[in-house]
Amino acid sequence: MPRKRFDLRFPPRQAAKPVIYHLVKDYDLTPNILRAQIEPGQQGRMLLELTGRKEAFADGLAFLEREGLTVSEAAADICLDDEKCVVCGLCTAVCKPQALYLDDDFALKFDKDKCVYCEACVIACPRRAITLRF
Amino acid sequence: MAKSWEEINSRIAAGEAVVVTAEEFSGMAAADGLESAAKKVDVVTTGTFGPMCSSGVFLNFGHSDPPIKMQTITLNDVPASGGLAAVDTYLGITEPSLTRGIEYGGAHVVEDLIRGRAVRLKAIGPGTDCYPRTEIDTWVTLDDLNQAYFFNPRNAYQNYAVAVNSSDRTLYTYLGPLLPRYANATYCSAGALSPLLNDPTYRTIGVGTRCFVAGAAGYVAWEGTQHNPNQVRDEAGVPMAPSGTIAVIADLKQASPEFFAAATFTKYGVSAYVGIGIPIPVLDEEIARTLALTDADLTATIFDYGVDRRSRPSPGRVTYAQLRTGEIEVDGRKVPVGPISSLPAARRIASELKRWIAEERFSLTQPLQLLPQPGTQSFKPLEIRTEEAI
Ligand code: SF4
Ligand code: SF4
Repeated sequence: MPRKRFDLRFPPRQAAKPVIYHLVKDYDLTPNILRAQIEPGQQGRMLLELTGRKEAFADGLAFLEREGLTVSEAAADICLDDEKCVVCGLCTAVCKPQALYLDDDFALKFDKDKCVYCEACVIACPRRAITLRF
Repeated sequence: MAKSWEEINSRIAAGEAVVVTAEEFSGMAAADGLESAAKKVDVVTTGTFGPMCSSGVFLNFGHSDPPIKMQTITLNDVPASGGLAAVDTYLGITEPSLTRGIEYGGAHVVEDLIRGRAVRLKAIGPGTDCYPRTEIDTWVTLDDLNQAYFFNPRNAYQNYAVAVNSSDRTLYTYLGPLLPRYANATYCSAGALSPLLNDPTYRTIGVGTRCFVAGAAGYVAWEGTQHNPNQVRDEAGVPMAPSGTIAVIADLKQASPEFFAAATFTKYGVSAYVGIGIPIPVLDEEIARTLALTDADLTATIFDYGVDRRSRPSPGRVTYAQLRTGEIEVDGRKVPVGPISSLPAARRIASELKRWIAEERFSLTQPLQLLPQPGTQSFKPLEIRTEEAI
């Protein structure tokens, strides 16, 4: 089943819970909230991974937009500063989904689709070479 | 087939020496046999690039007019020692900044100097008849300094721990974040490329050995602090846990930012990746045997950092070949493991040193004095006692 990531922006008074509930119940989409920044009275943001049937995506997204949310393809990313990185590999030891890994030559690789934006690598990197753009 | 230091050095001087890295040498030994590889090769180069906390630099600033006896010294807000002569100092790389804490420390000052950046020097002095000035605030670059050299009291640990954490919380250590309940492991050695693992009984590496230090040509100055030749060893005589160490000296002005990199271990402190490479002469088949060892032949000991004691319990041992796969088994569970010491950088150092010897005719020096040998000293703990108990 297809899986896609979206960047959702909520207007200040929109609560997050009901829309997520409707995505599950009415559109049969399985949500995985990767990151959320929702505070009362402020514009909220959520990085959402959805799994479901192809047709359900379009309907689900149309529903979100009707609810006043702005939806775009996820732009969050892990940025690696090659100038700073010394390819020690420590970040790979804390990356549970193994989005960061070492290849056969021990070069550092990043598999964006596996990243859950937990920031463990950001905290671990002794060179402060990793930043999360969200 | 024994070769002497003199023979090897004259071949280097003539540009005829056969030099290979430790990885290449084990490949040759596996393909053509140890005897043939030992006969063919004159020098094997090694390399390592990991965090080495016991590092620092001596600096001499020259005298201002009027002069000052610097007693309280900071460089970019990082305190340096005021315990030497008027304008000499020692800056330890783990010293945190007074304003930015561990996000910027002695190591970052050293990296800035190597990169040619100006560093703010502030000092306060008592004001004496010969040194009347009491305060100074100025900027210096590496070029401005009279002398600037590394003196690293402990580098290139011979083998190191594999760290795991059995406790219920994440531990932030000098081996990186250790996730609770054995959820990850880290290790820190160049394995088969590591200098002291290739000369396990310190036959050729000793006081006076010329070597590669952070991109500069330097020397082994002394045994390193905590040098412990009495660690448990395998049948080949190679230690299976942290053991020998070296102190090194080298010109900071010749160092390269490619081989020295400041580091901050979150909730632990400042450190620096230091590149060390040591050439080892293939004197005879005995040394060739340890030079040919591969990651599959070298063992490291796992330690549980979840136990708050000096002697941490060990849930077992693993080979470097196992560590390199990215997964080990601890207490019957599969644990993902990651390195802290950079293998690509260690390879670059061994290759660079090979180029120095083959192309620039960098000669080898026989130790002026051997490091303490296995069977001599071991590593003493610090006991906590009162004055009455002495
Ligand atoms: S921990 Fe930092 S320096 Fe080390 S490999 Fe990862 S990104 Fe590079
Ligand atoms: S943010 Fe988390 S999942 Fe993504 S690369 Fe870093 S450690 Fe891995």
